[in-house]
Amino acid sequence: MLEGFSAETLARFQFAFVVSFHILFPAFSIGLASYLAVLNALWLKKRDETYLRLFNYWKKIFAVVFGMGVVSGIVMSYQFGTNWSVFSDRAGPVIGPLMAYEVLSAFFLEAGFLGIMLFGREKVGEKLHMFATAMVAVGTLGSAFWILAVNSWMQTPQGYAIAENGQFVPEDWMAIIFNPSFPYRLVHMVLAAYLTTAFVVAAVHALHLLRDRTDGDSRRAFSMAMWMAVLVTPVQIFVGDEHGINTLQYQPVKVAAMEGYFDREGDNQPLALFGIPNAETGRLDYAVEVPYLGSLILTRSLNGQIQGLNEFPRAEWPPLVIVFFSFRIMVAIGFAMLGLGLWAAWARWKGRLYDQPWLLRAALVMGPSGFIAVLAGWITTEVGRQPYTIYGLMRTAESLAPVEAPAVATSLLAFIVVYFFVFGAGTFYVLRLMNARPGAPRPDLHDGPVRGAVIGPVTQHTSKAGH
Amino acid sequence: MALGFETLAFIWAGLIAFAVLVYVILDGFDLGIGILFPMARSESDRDLMMNTVAPVWDGNETWLVLGGGGLFAVFPLAYAVVMPALYMPITLMLLALIFRGVSFEYRWRTRRWKRVWDHAFFGGSTVAAFCQGVALGALVQGITVTGRAYGGGWFDWLTPFSILTGFAVVIGYALLGATWLVLKTVGDIQEQMRGYARWLGAGTLALIGVVSLITPFLVPVYFDRWFNLPGSLWTMGVPILMLALVWSFFSGLRDGKDLQPFLSALGFFVVSFVGIGISFYPMIVPPSLTIWQAAAPAKSLGFALVGAVVLVPVILAYTAYAYWVFRGKIDPSQGYH
Repeated sequence: MLEGFSAETLARFQFAFVVSFHILFPAFSIGLASYLAVLNALWLKKRDETYLRLFNYWKKIFAVVFGMGVVSGIVMSYQFGTNWSVFSDRAGPVIGPLMAYEVLSAFFLEAGFLGIMLFGREKVGEKLHMFATAMVAVGTLGSAFWILAVNSWMQTPQGYAIAENGQFVPEDWMAIIFNPSFPYRLVHMVLAAYLTTAFVVAAVHALHLLRDRTDGDSRRAFSMAMWMAVLVTPVQIFVGDEHGINTLQYQPVKVAAMEGYFDREGDNQPLALFGIPNAETGRLDYAVEVPYLGSLILTRSLNGQIQGLNEFPRAEWPPLVIVFFSFRIMVAIGFAMLGLGLWAAWARWKGRLYDQPWLLRAALVMGPSGFIAVLAGWITTEVGRQPYTIYGLMRTAESLAPVEAPAVATSLLAFIVVYFFVFGAGTFYVLRLMNARPGAPRPDLHDGPVRGAVIGPVTQHTSKAGH
Repeated sequence: MALGFETLAFIWAGLIAFAVLVYVILDGFDLGIGILFPMARSESDRDLMMNTVAPVWDGNETWLVLGGGGLFAVFPLAYAVVMPALYMPITLMLLALIFRGVSFEYRWRTRRWKRVWDHAFFGGSTVAAFCQGVALGALVQGITVTGRAYGGGWFDWLTPFSILTGFAVVIGYALLGATWLVLKTVGDIQEQMRGYARWLGAGTLALIGVVSLITPFLVPVYFDRWFNLPGSLWTMGVPILMLALVWSFFSGLRDGKDLQPFLSALGFFVVSFVGIGISFYPMIVPPSLTIWQAAAPAKSLGFALVGAVVLVPVILAYTAYAYWVFRGKIDPSQGYH
């Protein structure tokens, strides 16, 4: 069924497929690890059992999501070699050590302390358990740091030289790690992960509040999530805008594709709310535009000029339609998140955060929005930097391994079948865990004595704390 | 950086070998438990077997990422040659590890499909172990290199020798799993595993023997390494050490020791690994690439080494701590899930 596709097309599709699946798990687990650390800290500080029940509730979901993230991540660490070995050989001396740092400083931290966080509260005591929980959160953030350093270097490379054998070799590690797009990308991604988690948490507890608005655990969690929404979304929109300005400086073609700019519009660059970029005619069809807004956003002045696609050779253009629409989807979700956050803030001010059914329903619908936004954002930046793997220096077409198309096709089909089966089942289990109310045992599942066992020592600790 | 390129590359070859060895012995017993899963006599035995590794398997598997990621970082050419050469076994191994990894969580999340994830755990562990063995065999028999890339076809890895090493690793991992369970359990299941360990130990040693006899004839350099004086005086240490371990293994089993059979079985792997190292050195991708040809420039090696020198001891410390926390016999009433 995949005959007729070249090894390159298949390898591109395989990478897009496995990385798109993979990013969903870190997008959730980075935020959830931090949320769990906060819940556990609040439990230790306030000794309010609500926090403990929420911790135990989300801990189980975290375990399943983290497991899926680990196994899909291991696949990623071998994709570079199996399908893109020419890239690996040439870029390895620069990006390889950064990935090694990710494994050494982050993966081991997460994996080493995960067992203690999940199973070890009684065995190691509250303090060390808190430490382990914090280390898992630190590990997920460390992982984001290194992997975004790698990605950003590939987008805005610097601090390297090119050796005789064609390899990119490091000249200045600080310049490589702290390359021009890295700070923006890192902050943007971490905030995206936090928002993704906040909206999932909000949706789950909105569901439970719709069923029973007196559910105290869900009230607490929903309130926390809505604080995140109203406080962090504006910051994220600001950071995203700054990231866009940075991209304009280093990858103007990408921005032109994102905005659907074919021609420089003199001193009034409009902002297209909608349109269909037409690469054939070099125009934006069916454009709905707001005058001056493009100039204002991208140059911070009403009359600023922006380069259009037609000023660059066509061989440098990324696929236009994908970049244009994925960018708009991401931005639209960002503003929808802000809208929900403001709505909740208003409801909170009126003292009716938990008993506006439409607010709760909206929060429920917005549950997956973070995932879609994260995917759309990554598609924008990754498709937008085509045709290059290392921007301006090495093309994707030159990066391919000497693999034969049938091998890539077979493995691609296997990945698709296995991923949909395995991660479909995992998503089903996660949704089922979410469907259960916090603190409600599921008597039909042999679930081990974790919950019962935790309550015992915990009450002892409470009495100790009272001395 | 005071160390020269040659020294750095040598140190890194040692570190990568160390990471792979740690992976093999740690994930070896995890995977072995999966391989032995169908032998469990009851659902509660299966729960128990899985719970002996549930808190540590994730950390164990991370060494595989370090092996792969580390190779990419410091020997990018070796990574770029080996991965396409082992395309099918590596991909199959990754898919198998997906099934194995998610089973740890999934099988506690469902009643109806628990058996499905039991089978996934067994199948994933067995196929992953087999593919690792096949990959090892394919590497030992040599990889065709053209220019700076893999020069063979996508089924070159498939030979009777690589199938043999595949079986050897499955049996060997099952041995590690059985001796681990002897260490971690009591009663009927411990007796059952002690019985298996005897046969698996004999099988592992037989397969190690056959593989060791074939290997020197695969690549001429291997033969010289093992059978030419004066070097062979040193290499004779390997079989002698192995004999000591064999004695320790079987006497430990006979005397009802808990830890000794496990440590001896780990010893089989360590000694075999050293043996492979003797055959390979100084090659990293036999028969074409030496560690110096495949290494990244000194600046990459040095930068990565700083991280490894600081972080590997820390990792070993908290890994040891995690094992210490979950030490001792597992209590059947204290499931972690």
